[in-house]
Amino acid sequence: MDTMKVIKESVQKKPAKNMLRDVVDKVYAEAWEAKKKGEPVGWSSSKFPAEIAETLGLKVCYPENQAAAIAAKHGGQRMCEYAESLGYDNDICGYARISLAFAAGAECEEKTMPQPDFVLCCNNICNCMTKWYENIARMHDIPLIMIDVPYNNTPEVNDENIVYIRAQFDDVIKQLEKISVRKFDEKKFEEVCSNANCTAKAWLKACSYCQYEPSPLSGFDLFNHMAVVVTARCRKESAEAFEALADEYELSVKDGTSTWHYDENHRIMFEGIPCWPELMNLFTPLKEKGINTTAVVYAPAFGFIYNNMDEMIRAYCKAPNSVCLETGVEWRETICRDNKVNGVLVHYNRSCKPWSGYMPEMERRFRKDLGIAVVGFDGDQADSRNFSNAQYIARVEGLYEIMELKKNGGQ
Amino acid sequence: MNNIESLLAQFADIADNPKRQLDQFITAGKKVIGCYPYYVPEELVCAVGMVPMGLWGKQGSPTRAKEYFASFYCSLVQMNMEMALCGELDKLSGVIHTTLCDTLRPASQNFRVAIDKIPMIFMSHPQNRKPEFGIDYTVTLYSKVLQQLEEIAGRKASPDDLHEAIKIYNENRQAKREFVKIVGKHPELVSAVQRSTVLKSAYFMEKPKHTAMLKELNEQLEALPVVEWTGTRVVTSGIICDNPSVLKIFDDNRIAIVADDIAQESRSFRKDVSEEGNPIRSLAMQFADQDQDPILYDPTINSRQAHIVDLVEQSGAQGVIVIMMTFCDPEEMEYPSFVKVLKNAKIPSLKIGYDHQITDFGQAKTSLEAFTEILSLRK
Repeated sequence: MDTMKVIKESVQKKPAKNMLRDVVDKVYAEAWEAKKKGEPVGWSSSKFPAEIAETLGLKVCYPENQAAAIAAKHGGQRMCEYAESLGYDNDICGYARISLAFAAGAECEEKTMPQPDFVLCCNNICNCMTKWYENIARMHDIPLIMIDVPYNNTPEVNDENIVYIRAQFDDVIKQLEKISVRKFDEKKFEEVCSNANCTAKAWLKACSYCQYEPSPLSGFDLFNHMAVVVTARCRKESAEAFEALADEYELSVKDGTSTWHYDENHRIMFEGIPCWPELMNLFTPLKEKGINTTAVVYAPAFGFIYNNMDEMIRAYCKAPNSVCLETGVEWRETICRDNKVNGVLVHYNRSCKPWSGYMPEMERRFRKDLGIAVVGFDGDQADSRNFSNAQYIARVEGLYEIMELKKNGGQ
Repeated sequence: MNNIESLLAQFADIADNPKRQLDQFITAGKKVIGCYPYYVPEELVCAVGMVPMGLWGKQGSPTRAKEYFASFYCSLVQMNMEMALCGELDKLSGVIHTTLCDTLRPASQNFRVAIDKIPMIFMSHPQNRKPEFGIDYTVTLYSKVLQQLEEIAGRKASPDDLHEAIKIYNENRQAKREFVKIVGKHPELVSAVQRSTVLKSAYFMEKPKHTAMLKELNEQLEALPVVEWTGTRVVTSGIICDNPSVLKIFDDNRIAIVADDIAQESRSFRKDVSEEGNPIRSLAMQFADQDQDPILYDPTINSRQAHIVDLVEQSGAQGVIVIMMTFCDPEEMEYPSFVKVLKNAKIPSLKIGYDHQITDFGQAKTSLEAFTEILSLRK
């Protein structure tokens, strides 16, 4: 019996959102427990190959997930200002500022986690990650385990990149064997990879329900659920929770219900990381105009499937900020087509230079290739000072007008 | 005009006229390759008989580059794009584009799709550059870059060509390091503005000529007695500081730059390349040995902090002036640790904001004046 079938059969009838919340809670609870027992606890960048630490039984927390949670609970600005008081410039990524403030001892009731004994850094997301983790390692005088993923200029990942990254994987395994005081078990690794694949498949399946017209969900829901694929993709219970979520969407399609309780006059793609402190503000003009977000780039980017080590390495080379322009455009345009959107709302995210850096060109390509409305707004994933609600509302109105015009046959 | 003044005037004339330099190379039938910051092995360009020219932006504000970048991107990269979009780089036969920071990553894509007249040679350096697997990766990367350069040049580089290029560049790096030391002893003869143009001009010259002129200047300066400097002595740190308006404030306040930790200056010529063995591997080893730079991953975590204190002590500087490039994440991320170590070592420091768009350095002037007073009081 294959793993997926076992998972399907074991899915409980608990609401999926509760199952998902439980998974994330368990990740952090286990980290606290390990800390209490004197076991080493790590902090990891979200696209570090989690399979390695999981195989060695190391407990790991995720600063990006923590920063997003703090920002969503409106603690982002306070934490950013704390980091700025330490000398970090306000141009620096908001996640990094929140995380550095927490690492430096800033009080944080919104989401706390154990301080780290080692850090796992992979720069496939951005180069900022490298300096961010160096700073944490320096503050706590702890080991930094680094995997470098060179930026890609072509859709294909070069063989020399695979050789280089594979060697780093082997090196990281040796370093983490020392930290965990355990031997790397290949069989356990296979099981962990199998779980990660099941999680990715189930997550992508859940995301795919946005393709239905009307959609049984709002794409903003995916932003809330993606914490599991970030923090716990190697766990069996993550796959189970996403299967349950997909089942709920399936039922909604049959019943004609949706988590989007408003008109679906238009369907759009939300481009970029959401402005976590401004989720309500992002949502309000969209619901007023009946614009459902049925495609997002950020959430499915964490769903990747592989069959062997080389494919796994190639998958980790394909983070949103490590692929070439053409691959980035193809991903997005495929999602736009599959999810039948007629507009794109682009977040120019002050916190994310690698992402926003090719958005003007992407905007032009979306318009040319898809013939749909594209509008951008200025914001930030964590720092509210970089978001103007008035500008956002005006831009959504502009997007709506263009979509209406196109719907009614205008050019 | 004595010989020192004459040489300094020649360097300044070249540093201020990159377009004329480019035209002269083209007229002489040479092909020119533009090189983005950072750590481009220019030896490869030289080895195939082409001329590398540095692309570090220029003073001014982007207009057309705004079609590709939002406002929060470093002006160096934006102005390179501006020059390319405005046709100022059209005579280049290629551009080597690096990706060591988060602005350079998307910038490489924008350049490739926007500038179809100039072939882009993509260079994604490894950050895990020191282990054997990192060195092997750099060897492959440099070999691929060389292959693309050979195609543009229409000729192959022999091992002898590569060895010769390495020698040329080692000699130039040594002359620059020597100049930085000597000029620290003779701030009364070489102003901060002139110091910058001597170093900057190298980006627009063939290195044998730059080395010859610089050696002559070094010899002339070295022959003169050291005069007691009554002004202050500092180390500068940052990405770039080539705007004469800022450097004139240094000169007006008698602030001598006795050493630097600037990417466009000393960071680019700290390490020589072995002249033995496989030349490509020697170049890869040189990159593996690069350290003390915020743009690079630091496996020791603290090497840059230790380096800046050493630099201050060895150069006899009284303080550090951080030239903070606006929107430069790596520099900004390292700044708190950098200042902390200076504070612990009781070394005064000052941060001034910098980018290619600034025309009024009034705030920097006030800060530098106050900093000079502080340093003078501590003498």
